[in-house]
Amino acid sequence: MLKNRIIPCLDVKNGRVVKGINFVDLKDAGDPVEQAKIYSDGGADEICFLDITASNENRDTIYEVVEKTSKKCFVPLTVGGGVRSVEDINKLLNCGADKVSINTAAVQNPEVVIESSKKFGSQCIVVAIDAKKNGDKWEIFTHGGRNNSGMDANDFAKQMEDSGAGELLVTSMDRDGTQVGYDIGLMSKISANVNIPVIASGGVGNLDHLVDGIKLGKASAVLAASIFHYGKYSVKEAKEYLDSKGIPVRI
Amino acid sequence: MNVTIVDYNSGNISSVINSFKEVAKDKVNIEVTSDLDKIKSSDKVVLPGQGSFKSCVDSLNDINGLVDILNEFVISNKKPLLGICVGLQMFADIGFEDTETKGLGWISGKVSKIDNQNGKYKLPHIGWNQVNIVKDSKILKGIDNNSHMYFVHSYEFVPEDKNVISATTDYSSRIVCSVEKENIFGTQFHPEKSDKTGLKIIDNFISL
Repeated sequence: MLKNRIIPCLDVKNGRVVKGINFVDLKDAGDPVEQAKIYSDGGADEICFLDITASNENRDTIYEVVEKTSKKCFVPLTVGGGVRSVEDINKLLNCGADKVSINTAAVQNPEVVIESSKKFGSQCIVVAIDAKKNGDKWEIFTHGGRNNSGMDANDFAKQMEDSGAGELLVTSMDRDGTQVGYDIGLMSKISANVNIPVIASGGVGNLDHLVDGIKLGKASAVLAASIFHYGKYSVKEAKEYLDSKGIPVRI
Repeated sequence: MNVTIVDYNSGNISSVINSFKEVAKDKVNIEVTSDLDKIKSSDKVVLPGQGSFKSCVDSLNDINGLVDILNEFVISNKKPLLGICVGLQMFADIGFEDTETKGLGWISGKVSKIDNQNGKYKLPHIGWNQVNIVKDSKILKGIDNNSHMYFVHSYEFVPEDKNVISATTDYSSRIVCSVEKENIFGTQFHPEKSDKTGLKIIDNFISL
């Protein structure tokens, strides 16, 4: 039976791990390579690096982090943040990333998703959707949550599936950093609308939120950052909890 | 001993290289090349593969003489080869991804899309799934039944002769995930991404 995945995410800036509240007020807390290794040894099903300020700053540090991590961690590694072109994707894959997540570029230039999924295969193309609720729909934000594209998240999700995305990483901008739980309405809506796996992200504060993301949000995988990063829970504790709630996980 | 990972522009092979180097340490020399002479003279060959069946077959054919060298290595010289993911799928006679494409024909069968039961199951089949070991295989030595492996694929290999199947996994249907036919080995899952159990499979192959 296919297991639901738990994916710890590390926000990385200038080669160091940080985690912000709603993408601001960054705190420095650790070496991403060591942190990733702790996660994979602890049973993380995948590791995700998000280069958070990459859209604006020099991002060469991420390549070194990816290269070092991929020599130590033998579970899938997803890298996102500031990925603009097929060439960026190529470079990250060559450094040892297994999947690349594309956010702003997918909105501004969907051709990148079409081209890269053809060139490298859908299995390594994750489209990251940052969405915020507006009335009864969700709108897509870009540039780390700063710009509202005005596009409908649900329509965009379908468009990305058709363009060749292998997975969708869906983040609620309303919930990110708040620790009040995933936006279940957003997750379940998108998951029901597409036939590719959805990874839920944004808002996890406790282990019941992970359960809800899978059971109610219909996500195939749940991503969380701060609950793991600040040691509130270990990945192992999270898995045991999900298991006790009848969710299939790899233990 | 030399183990060659065939670099034929089949997508991202960094993880395959990293995992083989991790397991090989200094005991075994890992080459990553498309050089025909080096492939020919190596002791074992790894055939990775990402992307579509057609794009991988096309990439193999783009390197002049590569398919002939691989045929000689596997069929005439009977040296061990491990195919991973689309690398395994290409053992088939024919694949149906993108368009109908001829495979290497080393193990009779076809590669077709996983039946998602009208959208009931998500595709690609991504994540950790358990393997049912159905026969002894040299590369599965020391691997417990129901071990978890990492999968990411939308197409499956359906061999004609079921005796080549060494493990299956259950998704929307029972999917073949490991094969062994004499000197030919293949896994649909990614041992290079399957943590310690995956590295054990790589070790088994290197130690053959």
